[in-house]
Amino acid sequence: MLTETPPLESRSLCLGYDERLVIENLDLRIPPGLVTVLVGGNGCGKSTLLKSFARLLKPQSGSVLLDGRDIQQRPTKDVAQRLAILPQGPVAPEGLTVHQLVRQGRYPHQRWLQSWTQDDEEQVNQALQDTDLHALAHAPVDSLSGGQRQRAWIAMTLAQDTDVLLLDEPTTYLDLTHQIDVLDLLANLNQRRRKTIVMVLHDLNLACRYAHHIVAVRQGRVHAEGDPETVVTEQLVQEVFDLGCRIIRDPLFDTPLCIPYGKDSKLARSGGSSADCA
Amino acid sequence: MTTSAAFSGAISNPTGYQNPIRKLILGLVLLAMTFCASLAFGQTSVPGDTLFAALFHFDATNTQHLIVTGSRFPRAITATLVGAALAVAGALMQALTRNPLASPAILGVNAGAVFAIVCVSTLLVTSSMTLLLWVGLAGAAAAAVLVYSLGSAGGGGPTPVRLVLAGAAITALFVSFTQALLVTNQEGLDSVLFWLAGSVSGRPLDMVLPTLPLILPALMISVLLGRQINLLMSGDDIAKGLGQNVVRLKALLGLLVVCLAGSAVALAGSVGFVGLIVPHMVRGWFGRDHRWVIPGSALVGAILLLAADTLARFIIMPQEIPVGVMTALIGTPFFIVLCRRGLSRG
Repeated sequence: MLTETPPLESRSLCLGYDERLVIENLDLRIPPGLVTVLVGGNGCGKSTLLKSFARLLKPQSGSVLLDGRDIQQRPTKDVAQRLAILPQGPVAPEGLTVHQLVRQGRYPHQRWLQSWTQDDEEQVNQALQDTDLHALAHAPVDSLSGGQRQRAWIAMTLAQDTDVLLLDEPTTYLDLTHQIDVLDLLANLNQRRRKTIVMVLHDLNLACRYAHHIVAVRQGRVHAEGDPETVVTEQLVQEVFDLGCRIIRDPLFDTPLCIPYGKDSKLARSGGSSADCA
Repeated sequence: MTTSAAFSGAISNPTGYQNPIRKLILGLVLLAMTFCASLAFGQTSVPGDTLFAALFHFDATNTQHLIVTGSRFPRAITATLVGAALAVAGALMQALTRNPLASPAILGVNAGAVFAIVCVSTLLVTSSMTLLLWVGLAGAAAAAVLVYSLGSAGGGGPTPVRLVLAGAAITALFVSFTQALLVTNQEGLDSVLFWLAGSVSGRPLDMVLPTLPLILPALMISVLLGRQINLLMSGDDIAKGLGQNVVRLKALLGLLVVCLAGSAVALAGSVGFVGLIVPHMVRGWFGRDHRWVIPGSALVGAILLLAADTLARFIIMPQEIPVGVMTALIGTPFFIVLCRRGLSRG
């Protein structure tokens, strides 16, 4: 599968704000039809990278290619028909209903003054159904719970009907139940709709469970990438997060499970003999 | 919109898509009524049949006919244009800055236009509407740029409160400049007061005409941008991600605001509060879809200013109070309620 043309790739990409370089000379290929998760410490540049993959940030040099063509050179509406981005913590205008929000996802498929088509309506319905929001279609987005709100935003990106979906920390500010809820939804979309998904996640264990492909970013460079089994090791966590941990098998999902103990382990005090087992 | 209603099926908006059209028609009827009221009522009341005759069978020897066509008709046209322009400018500004307190008067745009116009009209002693119009636009644009850069100085972007503070500062600055001109130029008192207080009277039709090629297209473009504005309200990154050219749209909105506010000030001086309160009224009535909020604001703005101008003739009969004072009387309590609601929510 990795031999197919990647829908998204970067070539010698350099990103930054003003003088400060955040990403340096980065070459990355996003595998098609898989879930790719970017992990890394705060300020390592993973969100910046995701933004540039969605053409929200212009590279200082190098390029991001969407289907082999420079994303900054393509008409922005064409890009929006291929790729959807859900930024971190979006805020809906006061009083906007779920249905109205999801309708916005059809924007790239509409022309100026063109009226609403049957296809638009079907896509919106499908998106509401996929996210299980039909019953809440006419509720204002700001009246929903955090998890429902995030599902509504995801529904908007689904109505956009793209093959590629980028999400910046889609689970931030959600409680554990809703984190799983959102990630299950995304895994489902990947399997049933064959969507290529790229997201930034903070929770390494959830990343291992839901990702086919993990990209560990450290100081603006790709430190390691590959499937979670091979990438997520105790050494990697030490290097990328500067955190001591032990990796065991997840008893339910059989994916790597990281048990962090930090630098100042309290295990010894509790009488355990495994403090130095790393 | 008929297609949207036909296809929306089971999950269409419960309020429907036809409703706003009905509301717009109701608005048009109200506009026609307030327009006629503005022609009929005042120091001399003109009965309905005389009003009709004045408009369609004009008799130059009839005093009532002369009042209607010579003074009240141009005045009603001015109020309609200024009300619509200011209200739409306010709606665009509130969308552009995502700030419910934004309006051409609050953010200093009107004061900038007033100062520029007073400057030119007292120094050059001109009453050429075309010149005043361009001067007003330049002043409005200068103030808009000043307020925006002052409000976003120091990083962190222009927050609602910082923009309002910057607007208050720039307004105070331009108003004191305008008053300084008044002190140095006593004989210009009348004209300065006209611009400062805001008035729709004393504008013959041939002075109104030059503003039409600016106000009407700006209003039409604003109405057509409704869907684009809706998208922008969800935030820059969301809008960009959906394929909107956000920088171009914002520049266009800024240009429209300057055109609308600048020409409104050139016509009627600084009429406050219309741009602030009308978009709020319209959102309460039409909902938050800008495809309806913009045309609704144009209608309600025109209705409000026509009604305020007509009422202003009765408050201290036989004298009239300037319409700007009238809108301030209506607008101030509204503004206070708005601020309190905003504070309690924040």
